[in-house]
Amino acid sequence: MELSVNVAKSFGEFTLRADFTLKGDRLGVFGASGSGKSTLVNLLAGTMAPDDGTILLDGECLYSRSERINVPPERRRIAMVFQDPHLFPHLSVRNNLLYGYKRCVPEDRRIELDSVVEVLKLADLLDRGVSNLSGGEQQRVAIGRAVLANPRLLLMDEPLSALDDQLKFQIIPYLKGVCEEFAIPFVFITHSLVEMRLMAERVIVFEKGRIVQQATADQLARQRMGTSQVGYINLFRLKDSRRVDGLTAYRWGDGELLLTTGPTGEEGLFELSSRDIILFKRHPEAISARNLLQCRVVSAFEVGNRTGLELECGGGRLVAEIARMAAEELDIREGGEVFAAVKASAFRKLG
Amino acid sequence: MISFTPADIDAIRLSAKVAVAATIISLPFGCAVAYLLTFVKFRGKIVLDGIVNLPLTLPPVVIGYLLLLLLGKRGWIGSLLGAAGIRVIFTWEAAAIASAVVGFPLLVRSIRIGMEAIDERLIHASRTLGANRLDTLVTVILPLSARGIVAGSALMFARSLGEFGATIIVAGNIPGVTQTIPLAIYEYASSPGGERAALALCFVAIALSLAVLVFHEYLGGKLGRRK
Repeated sequence: MELSVNVAKSFGEFTLRADFTLKGDRLGVFGASGSGKSTLVNLLAGTMAPDDGTILLDGECLYSRSERINVPPERRRIAMVFQDPHLFPHLSVRNNLLYGYKRCVPEDRRIELDSVVEVLKLADLLDRGVSNLSGGEQQRVAIGRAVLANPRLLLMDEPLSALDDQLKFQIIPYLKGVCEEFAIPFVFITHSLVEMRLMAERVIVFEKGRIVQQATADQLARQRMGTSQVGYINLFRLKDSRRVDGLTAYRWGDGELLLTTGPTGEEGLFELSSRDIILFKRHPEAISARNLLQCRVVSAFEVGNRTGLELECGGGRLVAEIARMAAEELDIREGGEVFAAVKASAFRKLG
Repeated sequence: MISFTPADIDAIRLSAKVAVAATIISLPFGCAVAYLLTFVKFRGKIVLDGIVNLPLTLPPVVIGYLLLLLLGKRGWIGSLLGAAGIRVIFTWEAAAIASAVVGFPLLVRSIRIGMEAIDERLIHASRTLGANRLDTLVTVILPLSARGIVAGSALMFARSLGEFGATIIVAGNIPGVTQTIPLAIYEYASSPGGERAALALCFVAIALSLAVLVFHEYLGGKLGRRK
């Protein structure tokens, strides 16, 4: 999918100016609240008209002021998932799901109710009203409703922000799952770097109504590790666990990671801050941290007055962060060897 | 003992007929105007809002007189209808039109309150899921403003039952033709010995009003629970 946008829109003091072309099926828009992300979403969906400019989706003009084109939202085939589910309260789950499907011309229908119900595990909910569903169930129905409209682009405007952490990371696999399963390109809008890294590849960054950067989600996370309070968040999707003396050992690369969280037996998503990794030049004799990983330095980069290190250990990748002085003492060079110590309790389970 | 003359029965039947007709003919216009005022940006919105609400504060007699000018033989609409062989003035239809105009602001206000309470994002959701404006109106906006529509219709119906000033001017006070309950009460009250009959009709008016209110509460509660 190729999305080419060059628009301006003002409300009072605030002006949004966006000029970008993005290619790819997993796009992200990142920015703090009030940066203009949601305005951009509305302009793309057609629920708001720009003051000026053009919007092209895969070469088709959706809006052009000079050519007086403004395709109405119902003909754009761009579906939305909002922060809150916004299900139709007067319709059952089934009729919510089918709302867009019924309005999609038969030639464009390639996603069917049954398959979406299966992927999103909605079978037991179909004949219920929407008001007595839990928050996570409602958001799954909202995702299904958008997907069943058989859109050529799915806009997700902070779809996880209203959910608590646990639910959030339960929903992410569904979101990714449906988009991958049915090959729907999407634009994912969020102010959370972790969500962005889990969902999107190419990302544009908004600040005060302007685009300040285009990067990959991971590049963005590395750049921001210096200013972020939690540093860089290493994400691990781990499975194959076994209990070892009160801890849980998960397979990671060629080796194992020992964690205090668990045991679940199922796959889990864990985070580890770059600041919770201690580096040694040589193998220490004995250490309380339960994970001691022999690593190769892939790259070193400056972040503020600190040094970020990308490490490779047994097929896995880690990003650590140390003071510049420490980097000199450790004699960090690309290709050099270090030992990374991580406490088993430093890992946090996300979902 | 309350007893009714055939003329009283006619008045009760006519009141109900006029109120039902006024409510039914106003409903589509009421929904359309409430929709325009709530969701559509256009020039002259304030003017439309003003005109719609004017009957709320204007004396009904004034409305009746203006309708008489409009619908009379030489009025804009009256002359057109006259050419087609239709006479409206001094018929029950005129009473229905008068009631509709007087009750219209109440209807529009209620529907508008219902429509304004709808989350805009639901409408955006509907549009991005492929529904055009009309489709969205029918499948999302109207069902979700059902409470406002029911409340407005009940108010409109009750207001029509009580309509007097505008009706007596455009429809007159012809027993069996245009004499509704209020007009019949007026006639009894202004003729000697009519007190008992006037009181009997008053009870009917009270009973009808109560019935409308109870129905309104019942439906409102039912729709409220569904949300």
